[in-house]
Amino acid sequence: MSNNGLLKSSLAKKYLMALTGLFLCTFLVGHLAGNLQLFIQGAEGQQAFNEYAEFMTTFPLVKLLSYLTYACVLFHIVDGIVLTIRNRKSRPVGYVKEKGSANASWASRNMGVLGTIIAVFLVSHMQTFWYKMHFGEMPMHDGLKDLHTVVLAFFSPENSLGIVAVLGYVLAQMALAFHLVHGFQSGFQSLGLRHPKYTPAIEKTGYLFGIGVPLLFAIIPVFLYITQL
Amino acid sequence: MDLTLNVWRQNGPEDKGHMETYPVSGVSPDMSFLEMMDMLNDQIIRDGGDPVAFDHDCREGICGMCSMFINGEAHGPGRGVTTCQLHMRSFKDGDSITIEPWRASAFPVVKDLAVDRSAFDRIIQSGGYISVNTSGETLDANAIPVPKPQADEAFSAATCIGCGACVASCKNASAMLFVSAKVSQFALLPQGQPERASRVKRMVDQMDEEGFGNCTNTGACAVECPKGIDLSNIARMNRDFLKASADSE
Ligand code: HEM
Ligand code: SF4
Ligand code: FES
Repeated sequence: MSNNGLLKSSLAKKYLMALTGLFLCTFLVGHLAGNLQLFIQGAEGQQAFNEYAEFMTTFPLVKLLSYLTYACVLFHIVDGIVLTIRNRKSRPVGYVKEKGSANASWASRNMGVLGTIIAVFLVSHMQTFWYKMHFGEMPMHDGLKDLHTVVLAFFSPENSLGIVAVLGYVLAQMALAFHLVHGFQSGFQSLGLRHPKYTPAIEKTGYLFGIGVPLLFAIIPVFLYITQL
Repeated sequence: MDLTLNVWRQNGPEDKGHMETYPVSGVSPDMSFLEMMDMLNDQIIRDGGDPVAFDHDCREGICGMCSMFINGEAHGPGRGVTTCQLHMRSFKDGDSITIEPWRASAFPVVKDLAVDRSAFDRIIQSGGYISVNTSGETLDANAIPVPKPQADEAFSAATCIGCGACVASCKNASAMLFVSAKVSQFALLPQGQPERASRVKRMVDQMDEEGFGNCTNTGACAVECPKGIDLSNIARMNRDFLKASADSE
């Protein structure tokens, strides 16, 4: 029997894509919960957000989860690239006329492009906040690293690139929204989790999640910018 | 109707190929697309040219041979139809129609619009069957009780005619809809159980070996499939493959 085994198969790459993608969806929820504290104004908000940042960078279980998240991002990206290359090879000569919109959504046909936008955003995002928090010079407030002030200063009219930062952030969240509107339900399908009763609910959840989460993320820098005008 | 056809011409597997434009006139809206192609070939032959090679056989939507990528879609703009079931009334007088072969590395062009789909045959040979004793004392299939819903599901999967429109439509040239239909038609029936695990593994292996792409769940295949094969078959195959791989046998 010619068994290539699980790991070499195309389906294994799909399972990995789905598992890492869906795990990243849970990461988004956690991240968003923290960010929402930026809506609390004044000293109270500063304290809450800084305590949260401190907790996220030091609590052991959270640290473990964060390593899992880095691994998932890495595997998701590498696997996505491997799959995309293989898929390109499967059609070396393309069509002269191809009407992709006739039979599939735009998001589903552009997951690679959307993912790349997210990846570019991630690099810049981690450079501005994550790297600074972990390895950079941080202002202090009440004995805690004052990430709150760093965030506010970044999305501020005082910052000459503040408006670019806000727009870039919103754009990246739009890419994430399209990525998730297709990706959420796609992940379940890849894992074979399809059921006449539950699949409509999964699709609806994916839609709400895919629009709701990026929308909430995107409102925050806009809110910070406007309130500092 | 008067039409302008842009047709892919390729004189054999090694030829580079190119698009060629042919005006045709006097096309009846009641003609099938293949009859219109016959008309074109008649005209080409009378002009002393080489007729356009294309696959066809039953001309009633059951053999799956009539592979044509018409105006950017497999089997043209119709839903639930093959090219032979597409009528010229789906087009307007004066239309320009682009006609191309299926495009996939696993479906190499033989000539013009005809492609080699034997990759599908090899996938079937790898596991798309059940082994039965044919010594003369074969159990009557009707003697095995099958619940009606499963029988219906299995029958739906079995209506796949192996046309390859799913591969042609998929942006990744993935054969998942075809393979999953062929896996499901047995996985849903008692007769398919003994070889259920080895079947899905072998067929997926063969699918990979043929160089088909990976499914990204765009769903284009199911929209363009002339037989309405459902995406739930792909999910079933993904499930079965995972289960079969977890089993060490
Ligand atoms: C927080 C960030 C991200 C989340 C939550 C996420 C989530 C998902 C989910 C749930 C899927 C569907 C999996 C499936 O169809 O089985 C997916 C697919 C995909 N993702 Fe991401 N993703 C993220 C970032 C990225 C990045 C940075 C890239 C990379 C360059 C990327 C590239 C892709 C590609 C190419 C696919 C389609 C692959 C396929 O369906 O075969 N994603 N993503
Ligand atoms: S699944 Fe549909 S499109 Fe694909 S080969 Fe079968 S009948 Fe044709
Ligand atoms: S010629 Fe048989 S399906 Fe079209």
